[in-house]
Amino acid sequence: MADAIVAEGLVKRYGDVAALDGVDLTVPEGTVLGLLGPNGAGKTTAVRILTTLLRPDAGRATVAGFDVVRDARRLRAVIGASGQYAAVDDHLTGAENLEMVGRLYHLGVKRSRERARELLERFDLTDAADRPVQGYSGGMRRRLDLAGALVADPPVLFLDEPTTGLDPRARTSLWDVIAELVGAGTTVMLTTQYLEEADRLADRIAVIDRGRVIALGTADELKSQVGGDRIELSVTSAADLAAATRTLAPLAADDLQGDAAALRLTIPATAGTATLSDALGRLAAERITVRDAGLRRPTLDDVFLSLTGQQADAKTADAKTKETVR
Amino acid sequence: MNTLHLAVADGVTIAKRNALKIRRAPDLLGGVVMMPIVFVLLFTYVFGSMINLPGISYGDYMLPGIFVMTIVTSAQITGYTLTLDLQKGIFDRFRTLPMSPSAVLTGQTVSDLIMNVTSIVTMVLVGLLVGWRVHSSPGEAALGFLMLLLFAYAFSWVTATVALALRTPEVFNNVATLVSLPLVFLSNAFVDSTLLPGPLRLVAEWNPVSTLIQAARELFGNTSAAMPAPTAWPLRHAVPVSLLWSVVLLVVFVPLAMRLYKRAVSR
Repeated sequence: MADAIVAEGLVKRYGDVAALDGVDLTVPEGTVLGLLGPNGAGKTTAVRILTTLLRPDAGRATVAGFDVVRDARRLRAVIGASGQYAAVDDHLTGAENLEMVGRLYHLGVKRSRERARELLERFDLTDAADRPVQGYSGGMRRRLDLAGALVADPPVLFLDEPTTGLDPRARTSLWDVIAELVGAGTTVMLTTQYLEEADRLADRIAVIDRGRVIALGTADELKSQVGGDRIELSVTSAADLAAATRTLAPLAADDLQGDAAALRLTIPATAGTATLSDALGRLAAERITVRDAGLRRPTLDDVFLSLTGQQADAKTADAKTKETVR
Repeated sequence: MNTLHLAVADGVTIAKRNALKIRRAPDLLGGVVMMPIVFVLLFTYVFGSMINLPGISYGDYMLPGIFVMTIVTSAQITGYTLTLDLQKGIFDRFRTLPMSPSAVLTGQTVSDLIMNVTSIVTMVLVGLLVGWRVHSSPGEAALGFLMLLLFAYAFSWVTATVALALRTPEVFNNVATLVSLPLVFLSNAFVDSTLLPGPLRLVAEWNPVSTLIQAARELFGNTSAAMPAPTAWPLRHAVPVSLLWSVVLLVVFVPLAMRLYKRAVSR
């Protein structure tokens, strides 16, 4: 299978700061690569270079065989891009927005109009088709923006944080649309801050931090790098925490993490729920009150903690904060 | 499709988009229609009631100045709209499309030209109501309107350049007001520039706005034989110098705006 996207040693600097510091990536045709990383990691910069919005300072990249610098115009004819700021025009209706994009892809008047109607229907926007976008909800704007990226039926699609700021229902429905496109053979590069999103959509995930790819693999591979599932328990007093720590030590295989301030401790869930019930049984036998217990899957925070050794800062959690690239 | 055909087709698409926006945005439409009406009525009646000019009605004297003032003011819409588009992601979308990169600016300036036609027609109608008349031949009058529109188009590229350099709507508005007010008022729009004190008179006489107003007065036959003819060189050759100004502005600012556009969107 050929590679739809190839990037080799991409570097982009803003003054002294390297937004990208030598990024290599390949995306085979018909697959989805998720770029995962905190704000300012370089995800958006990478996408902007691959969609010809930015020139790299060093390195080279091709999309569908076209060089991002030398063949920019021809490259643009075979990609669709949807950014984190829904690039739609407030004063135009949904239909007018899509028709304009069709005209700029040079589909012709008639085809542009047909294509606009098809996409509005597919994205469940038919009722709002002739209303100015001004009155659309955030989810509708995102859907319209994604529809704009699909006007020319591009074989390669770039989605920069497609679901940031959407409510869970809108997010799920957008995921369904993207999954459908991939099923039909579209190659997708997707940036996200949500592990769940990457998990759901991406065949492979590249974790980017400070302009470098620090890990690459399937969702399962990444999770196992973080150490797999853990059991999290909270108790009601410091004395109980100490007692629980002693009690569970045999289960923890030297990997027991206690948090005295939160009265919480975690151990690896080596046998999944069996480990959980085992732990709860031992604590009950010692008459230690457990306030809360659960099996916790690794989160994005855990991935960063483990991969970068640095605290995933508050910004990472605040998905609504816009990544600053300007 | 060759490059030129592509540039024209894409420019038309963008111009249509802007025309739709103007129709739907009351603030823009207000600027295009309401502002000219207010300018004509306000300046004709407020100043006209105070000043008596020899051999010419104040309406005849004023209207060419108001045409030019409105053109200079509404050219700022070009720049303002660009700064708004820069702030949203819409230019990113355009830049990932296989469209002609020049089309965004040509489309914008062309739609603003259409807007200028609308506001000049409005001013002509209101002007006729308040007593302004064309006293020249239809050919001269037509040349007068074409000259105004050419200058308006050229000036749109000036504000586009400034907007792409400044990038934010607020900063652009402040700068535009700061520049356009002296440009309009340090001219012969509302007073005879020969009556101004020394240095101001020099500025007013060489101000391109004065040249354009003088040229419009000549082409619409709105001059008075009883008033002293201007002596400064640009005002004595007002029509050719006005056309020259428009050409120079286009030659300088079209390429400059294009360069800034490419830089502004590829950050």
